[in-house]
Amino acid sequence: MVDPLKTGGAQRSALKLLALAVLLALLAALPFIATATGQPAMTSLATRIVILAIAAASLNLALGYCGLVSFGHAAWYGVGGYVVGILWRHHVSGEPLFGFIPGSDQLLVTLPLAILVAGLFSAVLGALSLRTSGVQFIMITLAFAQMLFFFFVALKAYGGDDGLIVRRRNALPFIDTRDGPTFYWVCLAFAVAWFLLMWRIVNSRFGKVLAGIRQSERRMAAIGVATYRYKLVCFIISGMGAGLAGALMANHARFVSPDMLHWTQSGELMIMVILGGAGTLLGPAAGAAVLIGLETQLAAWTEHWQAILGPLLVLMILFTRGGLSGLARLVRGGRND
Amino acid sequence: MPLLIEQALNGLQLGVMLFLLAAGLTLIFGIMGVINLAQGSLYMVGAYAMAAVAAKTGSFWLAAPAGLLAAAVAGMAMEYLVIRKLYARDHLDQVLATFGLILFFNQMTTLIFGRQPLFVEIPDFLEGSVPIVAGVRYPLYRLAIIAVGLATAVGLYVLIARTRLGMLIRAGATNRDMVRALGVDIRLLYTVLFGLGAMLAGLAGVMAGPILSVQVGMGEQVLILTFVVVVIGGVGSIRGAFAGAMIVGIVDTVLRAFLPGLLRQVMMGPEADALAAGLSAMGVYLLMAIVLLVRPKGLLPAHG
Amino acid sequence: MTERTAEPLLRVTRLFKRFGGVTATDDLSLDVFAGEVHALIGPNGAGKTTFIGQLMGEIAPDAGEISFAGERIDRLSTPARVRRGLARTFQITELLTEETALDNVALAVQAGQGHSFRFFRDARRDRSLLEPAHEHLAAAGLAERGGVRVSALSHGERKQLELAIVLAARPRLLLLDEPMAGLGAAESRRMVDALARMKGGVGILLVEHDMDVVFALADRISVLVYGRIIASGTPAQIQADPQVRAAYLGEGDA
Repeated sequence: MVDPLKTGGAQRSALKLLALAVLLALLAALPFIATATGQPAMTSLATRIVILAIAAASLNLALGYCGLVSFGHAAWYGVGGYVVGILWRHHVSGEPLFGFIPGSDQLLVTLPLAILVAGLFSAVLGALSLRTSGVQFIMITLAFAQMLFFFFVALKAYGGDDGLIVRRRNALPFIDTRDGPTFYWVCLAFAVAWFLLMWRIVNSRFGKVLAGIRQSERRMAAIGVATYRYKLVCFIISGMGAGLAGALMANHARFVSPDMLHWTQSGELMIMVILGGAGTLLGPAAGAAVLIGLETQLAAWTEHWQAILGPLLVLMILFTRGGLSGLARLVRGGRND
Repeated sequence: MPLLIEQALNGLQLGVMLFLLAAGLTLIFGIMGVINLAQGSLYMVGAYAMAAVAAKTGSFWLAAPAGLLAAAVAGMAMEYLVIRKLYARDHLDQVLATFGLILFFNQMTTLIFGRQPLFVEIPDFLEGSVPIVAGVRYPLYRLAIIAVGLATAVGLYVLIARTRLGMLIRAGATNRDMVRALGVDIRLLYTVLFGLGAMLAGLAGVMAGPILSVQVGMGEQVLILTFVVVVIGGVGSIRGAFAGAMIVGIVDTVLRAFLPGLLRQVMMGPEADALAAGLSAMGVYLLMAIVLLVRPKGLLPAHG
Repeated sequence: MTERTAEPLLRVTRLFKRFGGVTATDDLSLDVFAGEVHALIGPNGAGKTTFIGQLMGEIAPDAGEISFAGERIDRLSTPARVRRGLARTFQITELLTEETALDNVALAVQAGQGHSFRFFRDARRDRSLLEPAHEHLAAAGLAERGGVRVSALSHGERKQLELAIVLAARPRLLLLDEPMAGLGAAESRRMVDALARMKGGVGILLVEHDMDVVFALADRISVLVYGRIIASGTPAQIQADPQVRAAYLGEGDA
């Protein structure tokens, strides 16, 4: 087959690749830039952004690609965080969890476990929630997340309302995670890996089915696709990514609390996805950077920053379609489609 | 037995409050197709307006209408400025925009009233308790809440089933063009309806004022419980909202009241209390899960 | 007409469906043999689309049996029926509008190959999907339009794409819901040609208003009025049936 666009396409993708490489190099150099410009706090802020970008990219797989408007993704994020916190607690006390699971302070143990447990939780609650669709699905995911929120509030053995302090970051062999820049690079590496995985998935056969479900579930059933199981697997992968992000955040902040599962956290993850552009690969990362950056700026300016962020959000939804890229189109006066 | 009756009444009281919120939510969703997260904010507006006027004037008879009015006005302003532009949008846009509204309402309330909760006195004429059956007394104010809630439910039923406005509401839900052809300004109809839904939320807020602390965030707690009600009852159905609200109200109350005692018979005191607190907080959500397994569309879904 | 001793491919027995007070399907029995074109005609609101919905499992009937190739299928899900060889087109096209025509067909090819739990290989370059997809597009007369997004296709092209997608499912029985509706003269001719080429290869249940098309293609015709079949037979028998002429052909012989 002869594709007349092929040469132009190849050039474009080479350019894209180059831009990505530059971006990645800049991101990797960020701790040096931060020190050089006398803003060491920037590294910590960037770590948060990178971690939340993983969570937002995970939500994007469900929301942006498959059209599952999950309003409870903070639950899986929080569950991932609690796995780290609880394992740390048992590591310190030396007493095994449930009498047979020893605690751990090794990142290579805690992260996979966090991903696994988040996956299990999202499998069970996703299997239930996906029996509904549309507005019920939104309400149910929110409600189940709230259920887990109350669960951790009531979990007095692990701090209840007050949460759990993880006194020292989980360790990695040969790498000093206690060093701020080093931990940033660790998180960046996980983020790159996760985004690569998302890229492979959305272009795979599985990803094509997800996109089809978003556009017309009826059509997918009519060509013989049992959509429920694809939505469920998508939901589980999405929950696992959020669990990974939560586990990294628990290490970064050295603290977990029910606040991680608070419904506003779910809302913020959704905003990141929409802000960056739902159903685009790197959009959620941009969305995370912009939202966290905006919040940090506004918060430095006034303690009532939410009174500004709220209306900003409303304006963005009302007047731009497709988040930042919609805004860019609006500014250029281009067509909105 | 007396305790059971008392708790059943408490459940009924929570149930009617949830019904007021769920009815507004489901009415707005059923007719305009909008999911409004800020319904909880309107509840908060009602409670705060009532508390503020009560603190200034000391008069319940001024404070209560003030709360209703504030919620209705806030609701209609919200519809006029924001919600109106969301009718043609998908649920995601509606969720995010009304999420933005919640942030705004919460922060503005903090700005005006501070972070300290407000407390509202029960009006004199509803003070005290009355005997209901032999040996059981029940607070008059809570009985009044139940009465007002049930009366509102009946009123809503009559409004929708028997009046011209109700006819327009039912027609508007299925056929906007027909309503337009009748010469009715559908935009105005929607604004009024939204105000009605807001007033229902405001009524719940006004009644909650004297028995709960009035504070920022009160709206979202009740909102999420309202979602549970709507999912259990069936989206878009007022009857479903009523059934769901009663079930959630009673189950939640009864679990909180009796679970600690039950668990303490099989395990240690503090552990039993902690487990009971957790289980009863999760109870209605587990109930929702069970309903979903059996009837994914809820108990009494709207037709269609 | 050939003598039919074999089991019909599709056998519908005494199907009922009510919506509130309206009886959409009223004691409907019908069969389609392998390779046969069986047309279902009737005025608007007769319940034709509802009937297709029940055959596909999108709408649950209140009573009655549906058998396909000798197997009861009325309890099966839509995808399960598709896997057994049923496929439908939609009267109001139901396509993935953000994708290209080729991608729409490739996805149908993919669905026909079994499960899609493959997470890593790039599906956009999978020859085992693209090559059959090109063939089906060509068979539906869209060979040149594969790279065009559905949102940029004309109404007629979308109808053709509907056809290409069902072909990709390799059905044994095709349910066509008004494939001609809204087509211009040239588009109609192309569609009739495509259908005529397929005739004999698969069984077809054809719901259509265009009587010229129906009489040109159908081996048998059933007439549906208010959910009931009032007549069934060869085109000649139907044309001669006074009841049909009164109820249907008389008023809307377009």
